[in-house]
Amino acid sequence: MSVIDFLVPASEACLRSGPHDKIVLSSRVRLARNLRTVPFPSHSKKAERIKAFETLMPEVKSLTLLGPEIFAESMDKLPALDKQVLVERHLISREHAAKNAGSGIVLNREENVCVMVNEEDHLRIQALRPGLQLRQAWMAIDAVDTALQEKVEFAFSERYGFLTACPTNLGTGIRVSAMLHLPGLVLAEQINQIIQAVNKLGLAVRGLYGEGTEALGNVFQVSNQMTLGEPENDIVERINKVLLQIIEHEENARLSQMEKKPAVLLNHIGRAYGVLGNSWSISSKEAMNLISFLRLGVDLGVFGKTPKSLTDELFLRSQPAHLQLAHPLREKLGSDERDLFRAQMLRERTSLIPSPDPQALLGRRDEGSPE
Amino acid sequence: MVCQFCKLKEATVHVTEIADNKVKKVDACAACAKDKNYNDPAAFAIADHLLGLGAAQKMEEASEAVGALSCDQCGYTQADFKKSGRLGCAHCYGIFSDGLDSVLKTMHKDIRHRGKVPAGMKSAFEGAHRLQGLNRDLQVAIAQEDFESAARLRDEIKAFKASE
Repeated sequence: MSVIDFLVPASEACLRSGPHDKIVLSSRVRLARNLRTVPFPSHSKKAERIKAFETLMPEVKSLTLLGPEIFAESMDKLPALDKQVLVERHLISREHAAKNAGSGIVLNREENVCVMVNEEDHLRIQALRPGLQLRQAWMAIDAVDTALQEKVEFAFSERYGFLTACPTNLGTGIRVSAMLHLPGLVLAEQINQIIQAVNKLGLAVRGLYGEGTEALGNVFQVSNQMTLGEPENDIVERINKVLLQIIEHEENARLSQMEKKPAVLLNHIGRAYGVLGNSWSISSKEAMNLISFLRLGVDLGVFGKTPKSLTDELFLRSQPAHLQLAHPLREKLGSDERDLFRAQMLRERTSLIPSPDPQALLGRRDEGSPE
Repeated sequence: MVCQFCKLKEATVHVTEIADNKVKKVDACAACAKDKNYNDPAAFAIADHLLGLGAAQKMEEASEAVGALSCDQCGYTQADFKKSGRLGCAHCYGIFSDGLDSVLKTMHKDIRHRGKVPAGMKSAFEGAHRLQGLNRDLQVAIAQEDFESAARLRDEIKAFKASE
C-alpha cells in the first residue's frame, strides 16, 4: 500500500480537533535517540547507516503501542510526491524527505505517532496531537521511548543524558512545539514584540515548515531551544504556560480589532473571500495568506456555520504535492499550471461558503452599546 | 571590516540582537547575508543562525584548546567538529568533553542532564546527581559564609557517602 492510500484524505485529516484549536493548530513532541555502538547518521558510512536501519526498523515496527496497522517504508521506496505529501502533513521533516536508502519512516494508523529512522539522529520519534495537547503528546512519546529502551540500547551518558549528533539536542533530546495561527497579532502589529518576548524565554519562533522557513498564512511554530539541564516535564510545562499566554494575547488582539477597527477586519476577510472565490491563477503564498483571513472570519462567525475544517482543508490542499495529488492526471505540474489548478480548486471550494455577514461583527458590537 | 562568514568580502550587513541579556552581533557581506537570511526582516531563523554561529565560534575556540584530537571509534576530528558543529558518534562526547562544556553552556540551561534516565541506569545516576547537588550547595553556603547550612550539608554529604 502506498503512503498516499494509507493516509486519510485531506478533508478527513482536517476534521481532527482539540483544545484551543481556533489558535493552536497542532502540538508535537519529538525525541532524538541514537544507538550506542553505531556512529550518528551524518557521519556514518552507508554500510553503518544500513546496519542502524536494519536494527531499528523491525524494533519500531513491532512496537505494540503503535497498533497492528502501521505504514513502514524505506525512504528510497517512496516516490518524491509521496515524500512531499508527508512533509505537507508535517509528519516528516524536509531534511528527511531528501533521504534515500538507509533511512525510513514508521507511521501509525491514527497518524499521531511517526518515527523517522536515520534522519540527523538514528531515531526521531514524534507524537502529534490536534490543538493544544503538549502534555498528552509528551506522555504518548515517553511511552514509545520507554518501550524502545527495552529493546535497544541507546547512547546515554550520566553527565550529558541522551547523546545526539548535534549538541543542541543533547540531554533530553526533546523538542516540544506547537503550530499557532496568529492573524490578530499580525494585524495589530504586535507579533514582533511577541516573538522577541518568546525568544527571551529561550524559545524559538519559526515559520510553517520549521527551521529557516517563512511564516506563511500567519502560522508560527513555537518550540524549545534548550534540551539539557532541565527535566522534560519542566520544558513541556514552560512552553504550555507561554502558549496559554500567546493564546490570550491573540484573543485580545482579535477582540480589540473587532471593537476598534471592525471595518479593517471585514475588509481583510471580505477581500480574501472575494479573491479566493474569483481568481484564475494564484500562488501558494498568496493563497495561504488569504485563507488565513478566511479562517479568522470563520472563527469570528462571519461565515455562518462554516466549519473551520473547511478552511484548514483549503490550506492543506493549496500545497504543491496535495494539489498534484488532486489533479486528474497526477502528473508533475509546472508552477504556472499549479497556480491555475490551485485557483480552480479554491473557487470551487469557496463557493460552498456563504458570503460574509458583516452583522456578525458589527451586530456583536452593538449589543454592548447603551442603545 | 570583513565578512565573518566568508572572511573575504567587506561586511555591509550588520545585525545586532539582544537575547538572554547578551548582545550578539553579525557582520556579513551582502552575499553571505542573503545566503543566511539576514537581510530579510521576516526571517525568523535569525535566532537559529545566531545560536548556531555562536556555537561554531565556541567550538572553534574549544577545539583549538584541546589540540588535534580525534575520536578513536569513528575517526571524527576537530576539523569535522568545526565544520559541521556536530559530533560523529556517542564516543565523541567523551573525547571532546573538555571543549564541549563551554559550547554547551551557551546553548543550554545547564551542562548536566536532569531528564529521563534509561531504567537500568537509574540508581547510579541519581546517587551521583544528588551528591553533586549537595556539594554545589555546600560551596554556595561557604561562599556566603552561611556556616550553619554548611555544617548541615557537610553532615548530609557524610551520611550520603556512608549509605552508598
